[in-house]
Amino acid sequence: MMSEKNLDLRYFTGFLPLTLLCLFLLYAPLIVVMVYSFNDSNSITRWDTVSLRWYYDVFYGLEAPKFKAAAINSISIAIMAATSATIIATLAATAMLRAGRFKGKSFSFALINLPLMVPEIVTAVATLIFFSAIGFTTGYLTILIAHIVFCIPFAYLPIAARMEGIEGVYEQVAQDLYATRLQAFRLILMPLMAPGILSGFLLAFIISLDDFIITNFVKGAGIETLPTAIFGAVKQGIKPNIMAISTLLLVVSVGFVALSYFVGQMGEKANPTTKPKGD
Amino acid sequence: MSRDNNIAVDIQNVTKMYGDVTALKGVSLDIRDNEFFTLLGPSGCGKTTLLRVIAGFEEISNGAIILYGQNIANLMPNERPVNTVFQQYALFPHMNVTENVMFGLLRLGQDRANAKTRVGEVLELVQLSDFADRMPSQLSGGQQQRVALARALAPSPKVLLLDEPLSALDLKLRQAVRLELQQIQNQTGITFIFVTHDQEEALTMSDRIAVIESGQVQQVGSAREIYEAPKNKFVADFIGKTNLLDVSVTDLARGKGSCILPGGVQITCPAAEGAHAGSGHLSVRPERITITALGKGLVQGTVARHIYLGTDLHVEVNLVEGGHVTVRMQNSTQIQIPKVGQLVCLDFEPNFARLLVD
Repeated sequence: MMSEKNLDLRYFTGFLPLTLLCLFLLYAPLIVVMVYSFNDSNSITRWDTVSLRWYYDVFYGLEAPKFKAAAINSISIAIMAATSATIIATLAATAMLRAGRFKGKSFSFALINLPLMVPEIVTAVATLIFFSAIGFTTGYLTILIAHIVFCIPFAYLPIAARMEGIEGVYEQVAQDLYATRLQAFRLILMPLMAPGILSGFLLAFIISLDDFIITNFVKGAGIETLPTAIFGAVKQGIKPNIMAISTLLLVVSVGFVALSYFVGQMGEKANPTTKPKGD
Repeated sequence: MSRDNNIAVDIQNVTKMYGDVTALKGVSLDIRDNEFFTLLGPSGCGKTTLLRVIAGFEEISNGAIILYGQNIANLMPNERPVNTVFQQYALFPHMNVTENVMFGLLRLGQDRANAKTRVGEVLELVQLSDFADRMPSQLSGGQQQRVALARALAPSPKVLLLDEPLSALDLKLRQAVRLELQQIQNQTGITFIFVTHDQEEALTMSDRIAVIESGQVQQVGSAREIYEAPKNKFVADFIGKTNLLDVSVTDLARGKGSCILPGGVQITCPAAEGAHAGSGHLSVRPERITITALGKGLVQGTVARHIYLGTDLHVEVNLVEGGHVTVRMQNSTQIQIPKVGQLVCLDFEPNFARLLVD
């Protein structure tokens, strides 16, 4: 008789090699870039010795002012876009989950989340056409507006997930105890929502920081964000400083995603459950 | 218990519709000042809806709710001087016990120092003074329940609403908390409106009980009144256990009726208002029936089975004419228990039986 253990996917022939192959394909390019960013050589393929030369080059080299300006744009846009998107997403989640049933609720839900499904290139083209149709000069402001818009669904998901986990009874208790609806929202719902809101903000921040396609379409001439600056530099041939800057961006991204995850976990653990514990 | 005839809450012809579904059908109730009043009924009967209507969480479709002379039917929950102990307790998880209890006082505009004194008082009342700094997650179910009670009592509401607050506690604890709730009601003099589906809870705690079914008040009265003198079949069957015998009613006059029992014996016994001649139901409580020697009782049957309940023993008897009757006996060595299959006679005092309306 076959034991249950042998039915486990892990015991299928070729499971281990296949897994290793997938992991290799996923991470080998990243690892190569990370390792070679510490290369002392001028070539991107020939290994010399370990050094921080190209990191120094990123901050103090010839192209440093360009990258610095791009980084400042990226970070300032990411902060503002993520903040605005988080506020809008929080309000949207409140309306979706706390306003009872209303006409067009599922339509609204689709409307909020559709941008996740639309191919980014379509959004990019459409946004560009929209801006030129209303006569906006492309530049910093158009990037910011576009980023706010496409960040909303990313901020919305963790916020709505969190709010769904908080039962409406807390706000009812607050109202029963003489709180106005606004006080119930501010004093009860918002603090309970905090982990979801922070998680949504971090996700929106990283999505904005990493975006290339839409930014490239709506940025106009003379302004760069980090991804477009890197792309521009690569067009003239890959120099090792690109590997250093990519590694830096990777570390920041991974850091934020991890933070977003742990904040979410933290919220999950402190999840307010209304189910009383047994004695 | 001291009590006057002031009306605390006057519920006038309240109707609540959810779309096409009627949750409350023209409910009218007077709840007296300083009363422990219970809304009792099976789940889905509308009792919780009625409580939420008083608290202000549900708008009513029709009627009025007069709280000490003021119609509150159109006020927001935060504008009504009533507080609620919710079934799930729902302590604010990000606040400690003191902050939870203080919440209502601060919203009413009390300064922190006064509010803190009041919090100390109510925590003492619920015997949780030592837990003032704990977070809700560090409390047991019983302690959480008391914090929820303290939080609702702190603002000294005119009426306290309790929505099945004991249902999540285990049996022993539930019995202890029942007594405590009664004591707290006595000490504070606040009118309590208590919702439960547990008839034992209702009978032991309440000054008066409203039995609710299908969104309508079936009967209002003291525990003794609704148990001894149920108005209809539903109340008789829902409160305690009862035997309903099919009888034919021959004569009705001044709250008394004559009827013919299965087997042909005729008795005269109290009748509920609205009882009419013809076929009817006679309610006899299991503890009012005794098993007697053959030929001496009112009805006859064979013992079908015994149900052992610890302190009591239920003996189920199939009547010769059909239908069955449960007899409750004390589980004592002095009483002879008839064997299964034995033919027995059953006897009861007609004054403790009651003719009912369907």
